Amino acid sequence: MADARPPSSDPAEAGRSLLTRRRLLVTGAAGAAAAYGATASGAAGRGLSSSLLRALTAGTVTFGSNASDPVPKKAYANVFKAFTKKTGIKVAVNTVDHNTFQEQINSYLQGRPQDVFTWFAGYRMQFFAQKGLLTPIDDVWATLKPQFSPAFQNASKGLDGHFYFVPIYNYPWAVFYRRSVFQEKGYTVPKTWDQFIALCKKMKADGLTPIAFTDKDGWPAMGTFDILNMRINGYQFHIDLMGGRKSWDSPQVKAVFDQWRELLPYYSDGALGLTWQEGAQQLLNKQAGMYLLGSFVGQQFQGADLADLDFFNYPSINPKWGQDSIDAPIDGFLMSRKAKNVKEAKALLRFLGSAQAENIYLKSDPNDVAANKRADTSGYNALQKKAAKLIGSVKHIAQYLDRDTRPDFASTVMIPALQQFLNHPDDVNGLVKNIQRQKKAIFGA
Amino acid sequence: MTSATVAAETRRAVRRRPLRVPRIALHGFLAVTALVWLAPVLWAVYTSFRPYADTAKHGYVSLPHAFGFANYRHAWTQGEIPKHFWNSMIVTIPAIVLILLFAASVAFVVSRFSFWFNVPLLIFFMAANLLPQQVIITPLYELYLRLPLPGWLSDTGLFYDSYLGLIAINVAFQTGFCTFVLSNYMKTIPKSLGEAARVDGAGVVRQFFGIILPLCKPAFAALATLEFTWIYNDFLWAVVLMSSGDKRPITSSLTNLSGLYFTDNNLISAAAVLVALPTLLVFAGLQRQFISGLTLGATKE
Amino acid sequence: MAIDVAARAGAGGVRRPRRRAVRLSAGDRVAIAVMVVVPLLVVGGLIWFPTVASILLSFTNWDGIGGVTTAHWIGAENYRQIATIYPPFWPAVKHNLIWLGFLTFVATPFGLFLAYQLDKRIRGTRLYQSIFFLPVVLSFAIIGFIVQLVYSPTQGLVNNIIGDPARGGHVIDWLGDPSLNLWAVLVLVGWRHAGYIMVLYLAGLKALDPSLREAAAIDGAGEWHAFRTVVFPALRPINIVIVVVTVIEALRAFDIVYIVNRGRNGLELLSVLVTDNIIGEASRIGYGSAIAVILIVISIVPIVVFVWNSFQERQT
Repeated sequence: MADARPPSSDPAEAGRSLLTRRRLLVTGAAGAAAAYGATASGAAGRGLSSSLLRALTAGTVTFGSNASDPVPKKAYANVFKAFTKKTGIKVAVNTVDHNTFQEQINSYLQGRPQDVFTWFAGYRMQFFAQKGLLTPIDDVWATLKPQFSPAFQNASKGLDGHFYFVPIYNYPWAVFYRRSVFQEKGYTVPKTWDQFIALCKKMKADGLTPIAFTDKDGWPAMGTFDILNMRINGYQFHIDLMGGRKSWDSPQVKAVFDQWRELLPYYSDGALGLTWQEGAQQLLNKQAGMYLLGSFVGQQFQGADLADLDFFNYPSINPKWGQDSIDAPIDGFLMSRKAKNVKEAKALLRFLGSAQAENIYLKSDPNDVAANKRADTSGYNALQKKAAKLIGSVKHIAQYLDRDTRPDFASTVMIPALQQFLNHPDDVNGLVKNIQRQKKAIFGA
Repeated sequence: MTSATVAAETRRAVRRRPLRVPRIALHGFLAVTALVWLAPVLWAVYTSFRPYADTAKHGYVSLPHAFGFANYRHAWTQGEIPKHFWNSMIVTIPAIVLILLFAASVAFVVSRFSFWFNVPLLIFFMAANLLPQQVIITPLYELYLRLPLPGWLSDTGLFYDSYLGLIAINVAFQTGFCTFVLSNYMKTIPKSLGEAARVDGAGVVRQFFGIILPLCKPAFAALATLEFTWIYNDFLWAVVLMSSGDKRPITSSLTNLSGLYFTDNNLISAAAVLVALPTLLVFAGLQRQFISGLTLGATKE
Repeated sequence: MAIDVAARAGAGGVRRPRRRAVRLSAGDRVAIAVMVVVPLLVVGGLIWFPTVASILLSFTNWDGIGGVTTAHWIGAENYRQIATIYPPFWPAVKHNLIWLGFLTFVATPFGLFLAYQLDKRIRGTRLYQSIFFLPVVLSFAIIGFIVQLVYSPTQGLVNNIIGDPARGGHVIDWLGDPSLNLWAVLVLVGWRHAGYIMVLYLAGLKALDPSLREAAAIDGAGEWHAFRTVVFPALRPINIVIVVVTVIEALRAFDIVYIVNRGRNGLELLSVLVTDNIIGEASRIGYGSAIAVILIVISIVPIVVFVWNSFQERQT
């Protein structure tokens, strides 16, 4: 139409008027879009800029995000700005806080989900694919395959072998400590279990809490279970146990709890009443010596304290396995089955999997490590470089208990069970029997 | 009434003097209890003025090394408080109007006429308000995903993720209490008024809007104050039935301030104070009506 | 006796005369129908219909995905599992009962005590009333944060006042110790509940006929005796409301424990178990609905008591 005002070619401004644009589209602006298209094609011959042309003809894609923190929120905004610049497609973001997003994921996926949304790799993702809530994206991965190692490729597939997930970054779980404290007290990094326990004894004698441990929120304890299980019984047993193919009422699982009991005297006082942030503060204030956590613990450290932070891989227990596996959860994106703008969603996913997107995102994130092989690692701080090296060097990567197993099992059975163990560490037989009974009811076998 | 009251007053006056010591003890007890009562709230407010770095280093129980409104500024912008407060108003105010209208309608019928269905109807409404919210949340969610709304009333074309949907469930959930209170209140309005109007030829509708509703103004004020507090502070309906982060009410803005991994509790304290301010203002401004509101249904005038 | 008459006059009402039947015009009938049916549909459709649906769902193993038609009828299997292999269930029942006991025997009487004292027409009574009522106005989300600020093992107010936690000595873990945390939370719940009760009783006391108190005072009885024999029985309508409000609050309890630690490790409650299974990622809809039905059944009794009693009052 002659009186249709051409939309601004500035992606930011276009983004801001996005919601009204969306409503327009919903109530039947197929006509309007066609009008834009008609104007554009008619105007092409008159020499409009190619970005304006793209803005006129490209569509929109919607993005559901759990990044409600200001820093990741801004990082994603930058990524989307670059995406819109490259392809002309606008991104409409719906941000919900992290916890609520996770809680509501089932209702979200069946309600009116956005086209693309943030999520995690692991069984949790495969579970949704199995239920038919996701769109397979093998075509997107056709271009992405050479950019990711086989470990990441496998983590992005569903149980049926199709690709569903696009990774952006991951981060390792390791034992964190302050270098200055270790130097001052003459501690050395332990490589075996016996060395580890000996170190704990020394720390306790020196008046430190050897291992900061905080499980009010329920999930931190899973990290210890995971790593002990992988060290004692190997990665394959761990994954099979998570997948419901092994019994919890087995000598292998009991061995994990028995080994865990050795650590309990060295834990923080009042562990079940503390949040992980309070644990990090104990490490920060030199009240605790070591802390098994994901590298997001760095968020609590600034400046000189951050430079002082270091980590080591969890010590080996069974020399057959050594230190060959770690938890290194991968965050990324999925496409919902109900996606409305399929073409644009796939374009966005292709971009999000690229090294360019990861570079933009990680500029403001000093704790995670890029998933893409071609990402630029020159800007990494010392911890990130070490984390990348660790992830690259281990044979197997697990996704963490609550991502590796069924969500209903993890939250309703495992969290209370682990807290029960911490309160009554001697009744392991009763505990694993009960877990197995509930597991049978939930997994069906 | 007169001589007996005078006698009673003098007796009370005479008795007042020897009771001085117990009175002081009473004052002391009340003052101390009031301070203890306020302490947790004051503590939260104190924390809200301190930056996280300060309390991380020195613990929460310490004198501040930095003090100021920084958390409030951050809460205001990061928590997007104006936007979410506006969302709350979009839900709360129409809900209150509808609740009072529905409750008054049912109360009118039940209290001014003696139909066979009066008692069952009241039970139907009152019991609905006494059930816990979790009990119905899943079927309600499924219902909302299927009930259609015209596009001009809802972005999604459904009850789900729409303001009207939230308003509707709040109305349904709270109408029972108001119905009970108003039916009690209306029973105290003299029958003669209704008789006179009927003789004059006024129909039910005219009686309702012209005579009864204006007389219920005090009850309405009290109930509106109560309902404002309850609907404004609701969290569950909004979280389950509204999926767009942007449209959620203000109680959700508190959870928005919890980070992916890291939570700044001082910031959340500041946000919590800001979120509580409207309820405190409504309460303070309408205190007399507020307190009478809770008891309108319990005692007879 | 003078006191009995006064008591009945203060508490009950005057017997109302029966109303004559009145003819209603057609327009009137339509108006009444609309005034009743519209609210009825709203409340029936949005509250009662989902309630019935919940009851039906509790006999299935639906996981919430893929439409209700994918649900399989499994009879009372959910109930059997809840009662036998679900570890948090019986602790949750126990905790709800403890909650009820605490409110009934501690929080409510304290609210009554405050009301009685504040009724004595002392200076500053309105200020005191405002202060004591303040926690009721605050959202539970805020009270949850206050719980953490007060009770955290190392950073909480209580532990810092009673002893230095940083010395590495044995701290009292108010929130993490399952034998303690329910009581710690109940103190703050009582803090809120007492204010609510106080206001209800205040209004009741104010509505009480003053001649009643005078009559009791004339008898020369002590204050406690007068209260027990005259004032308290005269407050029967309010007492019923108080009892039911207390019971319902005990059963509806949810927000505060959820904010503290998601209702685990000593803070299990029935409403939280429903939420865990239905609203989280867990999505065990059938299972959660079964717990919800148990909660409905337990709630029905006080509801019936309340409604039956309040209509008894109307008849007198």
